[in-house]
Amino acid sequence: MADTVAFYGVEVASRLMLGTAQYPSPAILTDAIKRSGSDILTVSLRRESTGGSGGHDFWSMIGRLGVRVLPNTAGCHSAKEAIVTAEMARDVFDTDWIKLEVIGHADTLQPDVFGLVDAARELVGQGFKVFPYTTDDLVVAEKLLAVGCEVLMPWGAPIGSGKGLNNRFGLKAMRAHFPGVPLVVDAGLGVPSHAADAMELGYDAVLLNTAVAKAGDPAGMAEAFALAVKAGRLAYLSGAMEARDMAVPSTPVFGQPFV
Amino acid sequence: MKIAVIGAGVMGLTAAHVCALRGAEVHLYERRPQIGRGCSWYAGGMLALWCEMESAEPLIGELGLESIAYWRMHFPHVVEKGSLVVAPPRDVSELKRFAHRTSHYEWIAREKMAELEPDLASRFETALYFGEEAHLDPRETLDLLRAKLVIDYGAIFHTDTLLSPENAEGDFVLDCRGYEARDVLPDLRGVKGEMLILRTTEVTLSRPVRLLHPRIPVYIVPRADHHFMVGATMIESGDRTRFSARSMVELLNAAYAVHPAFGEAEIVEMGTDVRPAFADNLPRIRRDGRILRLNGLYRHGYLGAPALARRAADIVFDGAVFPEVER
Repeated sequence: MADTVAFYGVEVASRLMLGTAQYPSPAILTDAIKRSGSDILTVSLRRESTGGSGGHDFWSMIGRLGVRVLPNTAGCHSAKEAIVTAEMARDVFDTDWIKLEVIGHADTLQPDVFGLVDAARELVGQGFKVFPYTTDDLVVAEKLLAVGCEVLMPWGAPIGSGKGLNNRFGLKAMRAHFPGVPLVVDAGLGVPSHAADAMELGYDAVLLNTAVAKAGDPAGMAEAFALAVKAGRLAYLSGAMEARDMAVPSTPVFGQPFV
Repeated sequence: MKIAVIGAGVMGLTAAHVCALRGAEVHLYERRPQIGRGCSWYAGGMLALWCEMESAEPLIGELGLESIAYWRMHFPHVVEKGSLVVAPPRDVSELKRFAHRTSHYEWIAREKMAELEPDLASRFETALYFGEEAHLDPRETLDLLRAKLVIDYGAIFHTDTLLSPENAEGDFVLDCRGYEARDVLPDLRGVKGEMLILRTTEVTLSRPVRLLHPRIPVYIVPRADHHFMVGATMIESGDRTRFSARSMVELLNAAYAVHPAFGEAEIVEMGTDVRPAFADNLPRIRRDGRILRLNGLYRHGYLGAPALARRAADIVFDGAVFPEVER
């Protein structure tokens, strides 16, 4: 049976989601997406939409890629702003999926978890399927689930920092605490081994943007991440050995003259 | 040889110039009352070939080298002082990343900075100095090109004239309308840019300065009479009318980060327009009978137009073929 993952009842094969910002050109973005095998792309609505005719050229190009679009509210600093952006995104992309970002701090881009819960409650009420970008705080996570989110997207590290999993303990606790909830590490991944790390912890998927968009060869890096995600996932399913402090020979050496 | 050029921005003017150099009789048609008032007007005018290679394709390097040679040959006001790339202390990793992707620079420290840009010496401990780069004032350049075309080559300008390339008279028609050519180039898209012109006597710069920042890379180009061009945003949008408050905040923040004196500067102008671009952000020449469509210069107008113009002239006069841009 294929090892798929489901978000709000929609099954996808790829556990790598990609953002679409900061690529050198739309053509390179297209190549990167093809090489990544991603089934879900996030698209930021905010900037492109600031003027009437908006970014329709760009959006229709994304539309032609034939993958599912997860619009996001990147850059929104209040619940209200995020709600308005989500409503706009629903019209533009004809989807009720929304990646909800409410930024609490302009410098660290840390989520404002209070505004996040408020916005999630309102959007779920309006029928949206909310993918909240949150911290690894379990209490916040519980509140997000309580208001109707069915996916959680905790950060690995601050957006764009490329630091990997800053708090493995917190992320492991989250996985253990919410065994049935799809969990996606979103933000802060820098290299493929970070993505493999998240998958080995049992995360269902990862979402990243900068690490691929700003690579020397974005398409090559996209494929590298795809392979790492597959490797990490397979490792998780296969049951990793426990680390220990002392050596254990893998073959008995006693009495073998040539070893 | 009679050539009609539609659109008098940097693409149309350089195309006209290169054809006139080869003896063509040139007519230029511009829909606006004045020449060069499209996105060429709002450009930074940085001939920053090596910096651009951070994210541009190798073709831009090839076209850029040829274009810089063109500007140097024909325009004595090209400023040969290189350019500087700086980053706030906590974003020094951005500077390292930029250095990995580029060449033809030197790492400089405070002493060299004090020599190049005394006003920035106390603000940035280290910087990348691209000594072979140059810059020009786009508006002055466009006017000079027009004057050269009229005085030296007797080119005829038809301003305030909306003419479709199909209806233009001539052996060849060069369609240089930029984003307006979407009627015939459906794969052309707009990338909106917003820029500011500030004026302050409290800070002096001799060369363009790029500020690297993970979210808002911005450059400041010194112009005559204490003016500074601060640009430019990059937004996937075909809208050329609205300058958003957010863009203003970002541009001013960046200028302020380069030097706090920009906080007291006068805002002389806010400009916004749309760069024409194809999906790979590379320029093209498309042939359509006697019409050649020169377009898609994206953010590389001054870095790409002369080289594209030369190719168009070689096509017109010699029947040459250029697979790298005829796509």
